[in-house]
This record gives sequence, structure tokens and C-alpha cells, in this order.
Amino acid sequence: MYLAGRATPAAGAGVRTAVRMVSGTVLALGAVSLITDISSEMITAVLPLYLVVGLGLSPLSFGVLDGLYNGVAGLVQLLGGHLADRGRRHKLVAGLGYGLSALCRPLLLIAHTLTPLGAILALDRTGKGLRTSPRDALISLSSEPEHRGRAFGVHRAMDTAGAALGPITAFLILRQAANGYDAVFGVSGCVAALGVLVLLLFVPGRPPRPRPAAKAEAEAGAEAGAQPQPSVSLREAVNLLRLPRLRALTGCAMLLGLTTISDAFVYLLLQHRVGIADQWFPLLPLGTASVFLLLAVPVGALADRVGRRGVFLAGHGALLLGYALLLWAPAGTALPFVVLALHGTFYAATDGVLPAAVADVVPEALRGTGLALVGTGQALARFLCSLAFGAAWTAWGDGPALAGSAVGLLCCAVTAGVVLRPRPSPTTDH
Amino acid sequence: MSPRLRLLILAVSVVLLAAIGTGFVLHDADRANRRTRARAGGPTVTAGTVSLTQPDRLFFVDMASGPYVNHVVSVPADDPGGTRTASGLSCERFYAGAGTGVCLQSVQGALTTGNRALVLDADLRTRRSYALAGIPSRARVSADGRFVSWTVFVGGESYGAAFFSTRTSILDTRTWTLIPNLETFSITLNGRRYHAADDNFWGVTFAGDDDTFYATLGTAGHTYLVRGSISRRSVTSLVENVECPSLSPDGTRIAFKRRVLPGSSLWRLTVLDLRTLRETPLAEQHSVDDQAEWLNNSTVAYALPTSGDVGSYDLWSVPANGTGTPRMLLPGAFSPAMG
Repeated sequence: MYLAGRATPAAGAGVRTAVRMVSGTVLALGAVSLITDISSEMITAVLPLYLVVGLGLSPLSFGVLDGLYNGVAGLVQLLGGHLADRGRRHKLVAGLGYGLSALCRPLLLIAHTLTPLGAILALDRTGKGLRTSPRDALISLSSEPEHRGRAFGVHRAMDTAGAALGPITAFLILRQAANGYDAVFGVSGCVAALGVLVLLLFVPGRPPRPRPAAKAEAEAGAEAGAQPQPSVSLREAVNLLRLPRLRALTGCAMLLGLTTISDAFVYLLLQHRVGIADQWFPLLPLGTASVFLLLAVPVGALADRVGRRGVFLAGHGALLLGYALLLWAPAGTALPFVVLALHGTFYAATDGVLPAAVADVVPEALRGTGLALVGTGQALARFLCSLAFGAAWTAWGDGPALAGSAVGLLCCAVTAGVVLRPRPSPTTDH
Repeated sequence: MSPRLRLLILAVSVVLLAAIGTGFVLHDADRANRRTRARAGGPTVTAGTVSLTQPDRLFFVDMASGPYVNHVVSVPADDPGGTRTASGLSCERFYAGAGTGVCLQSVQGALTTGNRALVLDADLRTRRSYALAGIPSRARVSADGRFVSWTVFVGGESYGAAFFSTRTSILDTRTWTLIPNLETFSITLNGRRYHAADDNFWGVTFAGDDDTFYATLGTAGHTYLVRGSISRRSVTSLVENVECPSLSPDGTRIAFKRRVLPGSSLWRLTVLDLRTLRETPLAEQHSVDDQAEWLNNSTVAYALPTSGDVGSYDLWSVPANGTGTPRMLLPGAFSPAMG
């Protein structure tokens, strides 16, 4: 889940033209994500309040559970990707994922203790894990290869807009009805149902037939099964790992993930450096989100023009610059704004660009599995990074821990730059 | 399915779902309004002057339905069932000592919930206000009214995008020196110097010497009772599995909640003798998630959720020596303080 409380600046006119250039399926999936994120971020925003004020629980132990769920969601993502590839049932598996999460909202109305709440949240994460890679596969399959960066950009911008609207909706409801958590859960359930409905009505059941160019590209990359088959076996999925280009991308995503410290730590470091007042602290994710929202589409389009590798690496360059500023820049009023802008730029240049790049090298029949592989690897690496960073912070303090991450990120980015360097011709991959 | 049919289905569903959603909001808004109307058979509450220096009164946050729900009220300590006198002050959590009060408030904004701590004089007028980093949890004032402490839950501070940590602050109302976060104190855990990123403090209780306090330290999945010194900026662990300590008026014992099973949210109310470190489980069999309050040297009071009324609490009392049975002290009440 995204961090609660993201901003929603208006999309510009340039964005609107870009949106018109992506397929209806991408827009429909973007709408589904936008609606679903409103629903899920409504819950994320009020859950702490609900636990403490509404239920009177002291939720310290939730942190452990949350880490566990993230691990589970990663593994479920692999399952979702593979199930979707079997018989090309992307919409079905994504629909199951969205449906499962939607089902959790009314369940929240009847859960009043920690154990059922934990079970419901686990179910919600399972739904999220299931739907992620089939959805991304559908986006890539319904976009021309040369416009995939923009397609993912449009999707991520819509997704972030939903994440921003969720908390606002929730807090507006709580203003109408004091302690109206049931109302928040109920409305969230209605919104989630609407998301599932939009998916059922407006996302085509099967992705469009492969175009000749994409087919050739797929066959060039496929080691096992040169011609597209109706069903994909587990063995073929495992064989995906033999694709050198996919291995390279997965490896680089993991390597960079290992040095990408989690958002919460970035905001904490910023607070330590600048001394941001406590009441502004919850608003820091808004800064990152608004830049992400503004830049996702133009940066995605840029990645299509100048190459995804360059933009992806530049995104990590922005993050590295952010680390450097956190370490050495004088603590002025501008620092939080600059760091948050760089942080948002990092997300805009990587979050949608990576799946677009993965789609280029994975054959259509295995698209979901391939995307899941990279997604799971990245999530796992980021989780390990959080643990390691927390330990380093404890042992050496925040400055040295961040310096270590920055050096690591620089090394990983240089390695990724070398590993992902363009080949003379795609056929030499073998 | 034709595009027109699809749009029709969507339009009808949007109207239906919007109606259901509006129903939920109206229902909860109505329930919130009902909370502000007095219920038959409920306690009598009248507006009046609440002064923290009035002798022999019990102060608390009113939870009974009526116009003064969530307001700070007082009753005679020897007649807790008597008429409640309500102030105009509304708090999530309240505590008082020797004419100094602390009120933790939540104000609902459009983007976030704003939380603040108000430090009050004896007439409940705000002397200072402090913005809080999270959701109010515990509040305490030292017996002489000099030191004030509060604990809040802060979201998004832990490992792996996890949920929660606590932040505990101590304020000296004589110098207005604020220690914003006890985590800056040096920690001696089991005899050794200790520091971890997941150090969390909560539930301070003050001793009578204007320096010593007790609190809970949570780290690496364990909770400890710590004794701290404000002047030396340090804490030392005493025993494990002691949460939300509350020091008896004579300073010899600590009432606390003891976790029954590791990882579970079940606590048993227990009293620890500070000289012998002997623990005595109290007669209350329900799980108690509150910082207890000593009514005198032999009785403690604590809040339990009102059965069948989510979000409301009753105050109960039980002998502090493990005998007797729990008895309801005040229905629809929370956050007690002996003033």
C-alpha cells in the first residue's frame, strides 16, 4: 500500500494530450486503480485512528505483522502473475485480486479485535499481490511497445491520484460523523465495488492479439516455446530465468532495491536534518506524491523517446542526489522541498519505467510471470534494505547509515548502467 | 455487451453505490448526534465550574451520552454516582495533579487529524499548547503539578513500512523546558548501555521527588519497566513485562498491565512491590488496556470498554492487594484523575 495522505495537484493540459494517446484498456485499468486506491487509502489513513481511538487497542505489535504481510504479498504476486499467464486469464486473476480486497471492506465493519483485523489485512494484501502483475501485463499487452513508458506513466499517475483522494475522502467523512469509522469502511466498500465493476465492464477479457512486431520480439526473446501457446506451464515460467535480459533487469532491480531506503526513513531523516515540526510530518508523503503525479506521464513519454535505461538510471541519480543533499546540504527551508521533489522524480522515472522495460524483454505469453518476478525481487530487496538500514541506523547513527546507502546506491547504479548497456542488436542476447 | 448498455449499468451502479455510501455516512452522523443527546437512566450532568483545586473530587472525561460527552467533568470522590459537573473542555485523554491539568485533543482536519496537548491551570484555562506528532495515548501530571508527560502513537516510523511507534514527552511547567522525545535519554538495559532504532517509551508515572519517573520501554519485542531521572536524562530497566506503570501515592508499589501471552493484546492488571519486586495479580479478570489510577493507597481505578457500545468506556475499581472483586465506579467515564 502507498503511504497515507498523498496530494492531488491538477493534471495539466499537456498531460491530457498524452492521456489521449494511450489505449482505452490502459485508461480503464488506470480508472480501476484510481478508484481502488481511493478505497484502500481511505482505510490506510484511518486505520491507526480506528485502532487507538475507536477500538482502544495499542497497536505496537502491528508493525511485525505488517512486515510479514509484505513478504506474503510478494510471493502471492508470483502466483498471480503465473496464474494469469496460464490460458491468458489476466482479467480474471486481476478481477479476483480486486474482488478479494473489496470483500475485506465490509468485513472491517464486523471486526472489533486485533486477530480478525490482522486476518482481514492479510486477505487485503493477498488481493493486492494477486492483481498487481496481471494488471501490469494487461497494460503492456494493450500498448504499443514504443508507447509503453507513457502507458505505465498514465496508469501510475491515475493510481497516485486515487491514493491522494482516499485520505481526503476519509477525513471528510469523519468530519461529517465523529467516530464514523463504520461510514468510512462502508463508503470504502462501495468505492471498491465500483472499481471491480469498472474492471468487469471496461477492461477487455483478452488482451489484443500480438502485433507482428511484438510477436517477432517475443520469439526473439523466448528460449522455450517459440510459438505462442494457449496455456503456460510452470516449467516455461521457470525457464524465463534463462532470458539473459530479464535476468539482468531482475538483478539490477534487486541490486538497486537493496540501496533504496524506504519512504518512512527518508521522511524521518528529513525531519532529523531540518527539524520539521511534528504536525507537518504526516504531510511529507504529499510532497513526494504530487511530484510523482505531475511527472509520471511526461517522464514515461520521455523514456519512450530517449530509452528506458537512461531514464531509469537518471531516476536513481535523482534519488542519489536526494541522499547527498540530506547528508551535506545546509538545513534551509528549501531543503525539504528539493529532497521531496527529487524523491518524487525518482518514483516517476522508475515506478512505471521498469515494468515498461521488463515488457520489452519478456514474451507475451509469459508477461505476467516476468513482471511478477521483477516486482517480487524488487519488493524483497527493498524489505531487506529496510531491515539493514534500521540496523545500520542503530549501530552507527543516521548520518553514516545514509552515507553507506548512498555509496551502495552509487555502486549499484554504475553496475546497473554497465549490465543494462544497450546491445548492438537484440538477437545477440542468446 | 454494447457500450451503451455498459454505460447504463455503470450509471445505475454508481447511483446505487452512492445511495448506500450516503446511507452509511448519514447513519453514523445520526449515531454521533445521538451521542450528544442524554439517554434515560444515564448519569446526571450539569454545566458548571470545574476547578482542579476543589478538594476531594474525582476528575474524568465523560463518556455518557449527552451534550457533555468527551468533556472534562468532576464528581465528589465519596459519591461517584452523584451529579457530574461538566466543564466546557473536551479531551481525548485528561489528567491532573495539584492544580495543573493536561488535556490531549484531536481536531479533525481535511487532510489529517490534528492532535495537541493543552497544559491547563486550575480553572482549565490553557497555559500552553503543544502540537502532537500522533494520536493521544497516555497523559500524566506529577503529584505536585510541576511535571507533565504525554504519550502519542506515531504512524509510519518503523521498519519495513510498518505501522506504529510511540513518542513520549516530558514538560517542566516551572521552566517550560520540553523534552520532546524520551528516546534521546541514555538507556541502561539489563545492566548494559543500550540503543536501538525501535526504542519506544510510553506511560510515564512520576515519583514525588521532582526527578524520578517510571515508564515502559519497548524494544525488540520486549517491554520493560524503567526508572528514569529527568535531571540526568537517563533510564534504567528494572523488570520485564511491565507496561503503563502507575505509582501508588505512598511510592511503594506500581500498578501496571502485564501481557498474558507474548504478542497478544491481552493484559492482566497487576501490582508490583518496588522493594521486593513481588507481583500480585489483581482480581480483575478482563483484559485491561489502560494506565491505572490509584484512588488511594489500597484501590486502583481503570477503564474497560462498555460492552455493546463501541468507543465508550466505564471506570472500574478493584483492591490493590489482589483480594475482593472489581466494582463499577463510574459508568460512561474515562481517563480518571484524583486531582
